[in-house]
Amino acid sequence: MISRMVFMAGLLACVGLWTGCGRTDSESTRIVVTGSSTIAPMFGDMARHYESQHPGVRLDVQTGGSSRGIADARRGLADIGMVSRAAYEDEDDLVWHKNARDGIAMIVHADNPIREIDTDTVRAIYRKEIRRWSGLGGPDRPITVINKAEGRSTLDLFLAYTGLQSEEVQADVVIGDNEHGIQAVIGNPGAITYVSIGTAEYSVNEGRSLRLLPLDGIPATTERVRAGDYPLSRPLHLVTRPDPSEEVLRFIEFTQSAEAASIVEAHYFIPLSD
Amino acid sequence: MWRRIILYRFQIDRVVRVPLFVALAVSAAVVLLVVCFLVLESADALRAIGPWRFVSDASWHPTRFADTGQFNLMPIVWGTLWVTVGAVLVAAPLAFLMALYLYFFAAPRRARAVRSLLGLLAGIPSVVYGLWGLTVLVPWISRWQPPGASLLAGILILALMILPTIALLTDAAFQATPKASADAAAAAGLSRWGALRAVVWPPARSGVVAALVLGTGRALGETMAVLMVCGNVVRTPSSLFDPIRTLTANIALEMAYAMDLHRSALFVTGLMLAVAVGVMVLLASLLKERDPYAA
Repeated sequence: MISRMVFMAGLLACVGLWTGCGRTDSESTRIVVTGSSTIAPMFGDMARHYESQHPGVRLDVQTGGSSRGIADARRGLADIGMVSRAAYEDEDDLVWHKNARDGIAMIVHADNPIREIDTDTVRAIYRKEIRRWSGLGGPDRPITVINKAEGRSTLDLFLAYTGLQSEEVQADVVIGDNEHGIQAVIGNPGAITYVSIGTAEYSVNEGRSLRLLPLDGIPATTERVRAGDYPLSRPLHLVTRPDPSEEVLRFIEFTQSAEAASIVEAHYFIPLSD
Repeated sequence: MWRRIILYRFQIDRVVRVPLFVALAVSAAVVLLVVCFLVLESADALRAIGPWRFVSDASWHPTRFADTGQFNLMPIVWGTLWVTVGAVLVAAPLAFLMALYLYFFAAPRRARAVRSLLGLLAGIPSVVYGLWGLTVLVPWISRWQPPGASLLAGILILALMILPTIALLTDAAFQATPKASADAAAAAGLSRWGALRAVVWPPARSGVVAALVLGTGRALGETMAVLMVCGNVVRTPSSLFDPIRTLTANIALEMAYAMDLHRSALFVTGLMLAVAVGVMVLLASLLKERDPYAA
């Protein structure tokens, strides 16, 4: 008797769950945004701002990298993809909406006496032709080369700029996202890596012990990326299929507006309109 | 009247049988579906690249295209194997000693306290271990042997994570023998060692093997913590201080960014992991099958 009651209760619970899952809000429009983890927090903020102004619209922002942004937009899994790089040649089936710029900074531990670096030196370090900081006038400490995992757009941009081949890089540590890289540098006075300038500047302002190195004589700051003369920088895009809906287009227009620029700046990126 | 009771029980059995069978079928089907999914998703890579290149290519530099990429997974397989074996070798003896202490020496109240502490330790999410490893353990090792993110760091973190699991399950396996039986063995003149070997160990044996399997499985499947402390460089390690990448970390690091063949190659990684778990379960069942009192 008791077991039968338990069984019936379980059955009822299952049915309840099942019908609960199927229910959707019919009156609100849902826009799915997926892609680059570099810019997802920024678009997350924009989405919240936009939702508060447009009660009928719900935005769902998920991370997973630029490649996922492209793939999801192509397959229609997402309405908008976030991509933190320029378009490759075979990607003109999507519409690319330019949003902002970001720079990539070489970073070291704050205790590292090195004050600047040039592209040739970066190349030599990443090929392990220079193995100790003493070779650059620093302390006698091995250089820990930190690289990004395959497929990350930061890695692609870094390789394209330095002219290094992926196979040439002799990494000691391979990391995933920017935060992981910053944490690894803070924990190791001999480490060097590259992360988004916006994220690195934010961490420095938080008082964390790392330093952004000027690259080829140009300071790695968001100002210089905006001025356009910092060499290692990238465009940030939203991509859609050629026929986006009215609601999607309206949101993209908002992200490019002067109103959204303050959100871009709050995330240490550089808005296009200033 | 007896007939009615028997019939009634029979009907209850019939009613209960169906949902129980459905539950079993669902979990079995899920396992099969997962394997099917892995095979389907990795089919592209296995067809375009071929299984052989996953063990014979020069390195792991996957790209979207078969002809430009390098797809050797063996350094990752070795890394996974070493970090898992290392962690189990560190954790299992410690866990065994803890369980012995709990069974033979600890006063009941203290044993309860230790058990709840172990339960707490087992419940801490793996990212917390990873974060501690990244901010404390790795810098500590790097002062000694830079860069610090290494096989050693992975072994230590994993050992810490699986220690409570193995200790608690081993303890539970020992509990299968009432403490009174062990005391009776002592009264009969057996030493502690004798009581352990002859009375407590035989029925506990399969439970201890299960504890090891679960611990090894957790070490094998752990992702975030090893990703944070192991350095993730794809190279076959030649010392404890070399960085390694595990199969799980490979998927977690690259899946979000992978497209086309690269993505499919990562599913091959997942397939390898599934095969590794399968082999481990098989080995464990071989270990368990012997009659507990045969020894």
